[in-house]
Amino acid sequence: MPKAWFIALGVALVLASIGAYCIYHVVMTGIGAWGNNNSVGWAWDITNFVWWIGIGHAGTLISAILYLMRQQWRTSINRAAEAMTIFAVMCAGIFPIIHTGRPWLAWWMIPHPNDMQMWPQFRSPLMWDVFAISTYATTSILFWYMGLVPDLATFRDRSKTKLKQAIYGVLALGWRGSARQWHRYERAYLILAALSTPLVLSVHSVVSFDFATSLNPGWHTTIFPPYFVAGAIFSGFAMVMTLMIPARYLFGLKHIIKAEHIEAMCKVTLATGMMVGFAYSVEFFIAWYSGSEYEQFTFINRSTGPFWWSWLSMVTCNVIVPQFFWFKKCRTNPWIIIVLCLLINVGMWFERFVIIATSLSRQFLPSSWSYYWPTKYDVGVFIGTMGLFLTLFLLFIRFLPAVAISEVKNTLPEAHAGKDH
Amino acid sequence: METNENNDHDEATSAHAGETSPATGSTSGHDGARASSNSDEGELYGVLAEFDSPGALVKAARKVKDAGYGDFDCYSPFPVHGIDEAMGIKRTILPVLVFCGGITGTFLGFLLQWYCNASAWQWNVAGKPVWSIPANVPIGFETTILLSVFTTFFGMWILNKLPQVWHPFFRLDRFTKVTDDGFMLGIEAKDGRFDAVETKKLLESAGAIAVEECYLDASPANTKMPMFIYGVIICTTALALVPFALVYKARASHSKDPHYHIFGDMDFQAKVKSDQYNDLFADGRSNRGEISGTIPRGWLNDDTSYAQGLENGAWITSFPTSVEVSRDLLRRGKQRYEIYCSPCHGVDGRGAGMVAVRSQKIGQGILPRNLVDPGAGVITQPNGQLFNTISNGNNTMMGYGAQIPVADRWAIVAYVRALERSQFAAGTDLTDAERSAAMGATP
Ligand code: HEC
Repeated sequence: MPKAWFIALGVALVLASIGAYCIYHVVMTGIGAWGNNNSVGWAWDITNFVWWIGIGHAGTLISAILYLMRQQWRTSINRAAEAMTIFAVMCAGIFPIIHTGRPWLAWWMIPHPNDMQMWPQFRSPLMWDVFAISTYATTSILFWYMGLVPDLATFRDRSKTKLKQAIYGVLALGWRGSARQWHRYERAYLILAALSTPLVLSVHSVVSFDFATSLNPGWHTTIFPPYFVAGAIFSGFAMVMTLMIPARYLFGLKHIIKAEHIEAMCKVTLATGMMVGFAYSVEFFIAWYSGSEYEQFTFINRSTGPFWWSWLSMVTCNVIVPQFFWFKKCRTNPWIIIVLCLLINVGMWFERFVIIATSLSRQFLPSSWSYYWPTKYDVGVFIGTMGLFLTLFLLFIRFLPAVAISEVKNTLPEAHAGKDH
Repeated sequence: METNENNDHDEATSAHAGETSPATGSTSGHDGARASSNSDEGELYGVLAEFDSPGALVKAARKVKDAGYGDFDCYSPFPVHGIDEAMGIKRTILPVLVFCGGITGTFLGFLLQWYCNASAWQWNVAGKPVWSIPANVPIGFETTILLSVFTTFFGMWILNKLPQVWHPFFRLDRFTKVTDDGFMLGIEAKDGRFDAVETKKLLESAGAIAVEECYLDASPANTKMPMFIYGVIICTTALALVPFALVYKARASHSKDPHYHIFGDMDFQAKVKSDQYNDLFADGRSNRGEISGTIPRGWLNDDTSYAQGLENGAWITSFPTSVEVSRDLLRRGKQRYEIYCSPCHGVDGRGAGMVAVRSQKIGQGILPRNLVDPGAGVITQPNGQLFNTISNGNNTMMGYGAQIPVADRWAIVAYVRALERSQFAAGTDLTDAERSAAMGATP
């Protein structure tokens, strides 16, 4: 196992370094180094931002919503899924910050007294984004850490070297597993789950407001918030599976992350995939039903215009591919699942690209119609965030409890022995 | 790989004997049930009993509570169901605190937005009201969640009196099993009913598989904080103050040096700027003078009254002959005035433009002159002087000659005159016929 881990870490670090170089270049030269142009001002970067945020949402869904619904199978994957959330949000945050053009002034978005006597404009959805994403990142980290503490205490008590004892000891905050502490801890866990649920829905709704509050045809629709949330869960579950299936084999977690857990996730993916497909058809229907020629043009252009290939990839990967999950064989064979999940992630990336690029390249003014093509720096930064994500995930899985130990114990039959006294 | 080991319940129990007790780092060789009375053993802290299952722990907890003990606690690797009730743990007030935190978050979120956008810096977005609740709901929602989350997270640790990396029970090797598969019950000696013999008996009769005494550490080496930790704290505090000191110094002193360019900010570009040194030319200047004997197109200023508002060295009071004052000229002047002058002087010329209002509010800058009030003195200025102010500026107002072509400047002059007339017209400005028409019935 460690050998595979080191190879994977090496690859991840190489990708991350490519990204670091590209970010350096883009920051120092300006975002003209990207393929963005006057018409398509939100291009790969915002596509990637929405894509990463969406991936992160599955982690919260698993850790919070499934917890509230008492789905016990979630304990096998919730820790890893929460970590995935945090790392995905980190990757997502990189893009809008660079997109500001002068990222070293990004802190101007935080309201603070300054000698220009200027304050942020809170009626802009971009400011809503700042608050939603930072609240989301903070909550995810605190929730994750809180879940980690009892397990860190286990690590503390089982480590053999003094250094490890000291590090895990400090991180575990002196957790003693006392019943009085558990009592408050369980309450707090429940409350955090209850808070994260509306939060995660609000975050992707706010991200969709970035588009929906504009007047752009193809963006200005009320279906966006639920449609974005469904898409987020769809891509997020696909990502969880992409990560957990190899981890199951590499780290011998097969007895904890069981085949039926994977199957359950496949079903969630299928259900959310159907919602996404439904949303696509509703968009077309509304464009026709609205009688607005601009809306109609936008959607015809989306499927038959110069970006037809991205629209086709989107529909293939997001509507057709998940249908395979109807078959039990496809929900149980790890290779098939991995391939389908990767395709779904590609498809969800294209969804955001289609929304952004096709709408911006054909706005109201034909004189500013244009096409978009990425430069190598677009690609490099995106690859870099993948490297960053993988690096963090690999470190996490090696040095922190990747499965929620105390929660898994809690679901064992022995834990309920005290109930019938 | 840790994850792997930790989930292997069977072999875990035996793995502990002789390990160090982690939080204290002490390696004293307690073995099992009896704590020896080493020289570093101080006062008795309490007794710790181990049980073989969560069910037994719950039963014992009930027994201990019924015996009247208060200062005791149960320890387990996961929350044992039914133990709260057996121990008589009251419901935590955490949810109430979280509710208060959430309400505070809502309030602060809206207050922040109101202060920023409706009070301190009123953004005018397409003439919409500066304070409209729907647009402020998303952020109000997020701050509600954020403060609730903070209250939950920090409130829980504070109520649990954590972080506290040290605890007497950590001195017992047995206690490390709690985070793995041990179920323990500890009674503190400070409890009124505590009796070294009786309490142990009680625990044994409750089904404990082992009962152990726990003593406080008496050796100063183990209870005092090591010196080097003080050193680290002092050093980090001192280092943390350095940036603030630098900022303070920078605020209080002036410097002629250009600022550090960590980021270029497009300050350095591959182009020649005016007044820069340039070795392309013999005189080393990047500014090139006019070629002698030539002038740029359209720059022939032989009509000084038109180009400068001057005639024989004096401001002209009328308009140059080439400017025909007409309705079209006034219309053009109005449009140009509203673009170039109204932001400061206001559309009515009285000096209440957006820039002026803002600068008055923050108490900075010089207020623009009232252009129309006879008391302010502009009205008596000759046209040529007004033209010159537009071209070259006056005192702190900069000139607009570079932006506004000469013809438009005259149009603005005409329009400023119209503004003055329209607001401060005298009766004598009308002809007799007009006056009698305006007076109505009077013949
Ligand atoms: C950026 C703000 C600003 C703009 C734009 C501006 N002014 Fe002014 N103006 C001022 C200020 C400030 C003063 C007072 C300057 C002082 O006394 O130091 C002033 C003074 C004047 C005066 C009085 C000069 C005197 O002799 O005392 C005139 C006339 C005038 N402005 C005309 C104009 C006209 C016409 C325009 C449009 C082309 C214009 N200004 C645009 C700020 C502005």
